[in-house]
Amino acid sequence: MADVAPASGAVTVPPLASAVVVQLRGVRKAFNVGTPIETEVLHGIDLSLHKGEFCAVMGPSGSGKSTLLNIVGLLDRPTAGTLTVFGEETTTLDDRALTRLRGHNIGFVFQNHHLITAFSALENVMMPMLGAAGFASKAMRQRAAGLIENVGLTAWQNNLAGNLSGGQQQRVAVARALAMNPALVLADEPTGNLDTRSADEVFALLRRFNQEQGTTVLFVTHNPALAARCDKTIQVIDGLASK
Amino acid sequence: MFKPWIPFEWIVAIRFLREGRLQTLFIVVGVAIGVGVIVFMSALLSGLQANFIRRVLSAQAHIHLLPPKEVARALRRGADAGNREVEGAIVQPPLQRLKSIDQWQAVAEQIRAMPEVTVVSPVAGGSALVVRGSASRAISVAGIEPDQYYRIVDINAKIVRGNGRLTATDMLIGTELADDLGVDVGDKLRVTTASGAIITLTVVGIFDLGNKGANQRSTFVALHTAQSLLGLPGGVTSLEVTVRDVYGAEVVAQRITAATGVEADSWIKTSAQFFAAVSAQTTANTAIRFFVGLSVAFGIASVLVVVVVQKSREIGILRAMGVSQGQILRVFLLQGGLLGLSGSVAGSAIGSLALLLWQRYARNADGTPLFPMTFDPALFTAALLLATLTGLAAAFAPALRAARLDPVVAIRG
Repeated sequence: MADVAPASGAVTVPPLASAVVVQLRGVRKAFNVGTPIETEVLHGIDLSLHKGEFCAVMGPSGSGKSTLLNIVGLLDRPTAGTLTVFGEETTTLDDRALTRLRGHNIGFVFQNHHLITAFSALENVMMPMLGAAGFASKAMRQRAAGLIENVGLTAWQNNLAGNLSGGQQQRVAVARALAMNPALVLADEPTGNLDTRSADEVFALLRRFNQEQGTTVLFVTHNPALAARCDKTIQVIDGLASK
Repeated sequence: MFKPWIPFEWIVAIRFLREGRLQTLFIVVGVAIGVGVIVFMSALLSGLQANFIRRVLSAQAHIHLLPPKEVARALRRGADAGNREVEGAIVQPPLQRLKSIDQWQAVAEQIRAMPEVTVVSPVAGGSALVVRGSASRAISVAGIEPDQYYRIVDINAKIVRGNGRLTATDMLIGTELADDLGVDVGDKLRVTTASGAIITLTVVGIFDLGNKGANQRSTFVALHTAQSLLGLPGGVTSLEVTVRDVYGAEVVAQRITAATGVEADSWIKTSAQFFAAVSAQTTANTAIRFFVGLSVAFGIASVLVVVVVQKSREIGILRAMGVSQGQILRVFLLQGGLLGLSGSVAGSAIGSLALLLWQRYARNADGTPLFPMTFDPALFTAALLLATLTGLAAAFAPALRAARLDPVVAIRG
């Protein structure tokens, strides 16, 4: 694996004594609260993720996997319960603090990669660092180029994101998720739209970063074969989690 | 590739605009047409107004200072038994005699010291009769100090024969009067007044003020010649004043009256109907500019609303990456500002081209331009600033909407 320069602007997370990266206690999430169509999706999730863990999340569609991921990723707030991320209780934090915590410590890989088509592959990887620092720098470019090299796309780094194949785009999305050297990567069905070979490549990439960098990964998948290759699997069924 | 001196918000804003090339092009053209109309209309109307005002004010001062009118005082017969005054039943208005402004030299100095004032020129004016042989005409004699007065009314530029030099025995007359009396430069005329004063003067110049009536009646002589002819030794009947801002003449006139006690009439007061027409034109121009500006603003806003919808997923991704609401807000505000700025640059070019074409093709029958127009840099600067600010203001609502997008909803689409 190529050497990758440190992320500029990244917040160094002090090692936790317990090495618990994420802890959910009785997390509930309801939508349309206070209306006749109020729907509770998560019914009290208890979950702990430790540093360096590669955890698969499985469950049928509509069971609440993506909602769980959005809450862990600080994109959404729980209706009840507590969520501690890197030792910090997040339910009382304002949007600015959540954004900062998320930007510096959490990386996302979405099912549909969600690259920004106005930018090249390399620029997409630079984007989280650029957003955090405000201005581009040589160090940023070097780190992004290193990540692109690690996902095997150096030859395509200057291509616009929209001109890459689905597998290539997802590999760029993995590189982008790792740009800020996050302690936690959340991958929401990143292999769902890929063929078997591309899916294997993307999983292998995430696994390699997990093992080499000690990055904690929460990996949502419908693929039992991939889940079997994870450290542990959590089943989310009808808004409840079970190991 | 990203340049290190360009901030994140600028990079994203420019890329988003570049990605939607056709959309961006259409709105820039729309803004450009709006700004072009504003620039062209403003330059045209200000040129037209300046031409009107120049024509009106080139033959008169901005402010006339006149001696106070003589007023009749009511008869009073002392207090009656009830201690109330009784007034006479009839008050006749008195005749207005020709009289001088009291202490006019001191008043003139006081006015010259005012920063808004550019020129103060004393005039001794009155009516007289000019006689040549058996022909005679009623004229208006203006005794002037040429050095000062020519800075207010450039008689030299209106001389068609002879020159504007005035000594004690010289006289300038209009073309119509010269024709009526059959005189030319070098001929002598006898001037008499109602009081019986008679003086013989030599015509040294014949002028054309551009008005037949004025050319028939107006004559100019040296100040001391008029003073002796009109029986005003050392006196003047008016002080003619010009000011830096012609539209501020009435305010200056009021200040002069307050400071000196001398009655001051501005051109705005004496040419009230003309000024009302100019003001109406200005109001109409402002209204046109406002509505064109409004349509530009709505054009930019509507495009940005569409862009926010189109880019909502990207906005969600950026938010997930840790980009703040403030940064998203600035990205879209910048897009509005950039659309306004680029549209106004193109619009200024369109407006300039239209002005050049107007100057080239809109001409009088003799081939001269209809009226002179100037390319005022302030107009272009104002157009650039206004369009950019309009773009920013128009972008505010869409930008706020983008910043407040729930990232989860935005990513889900």
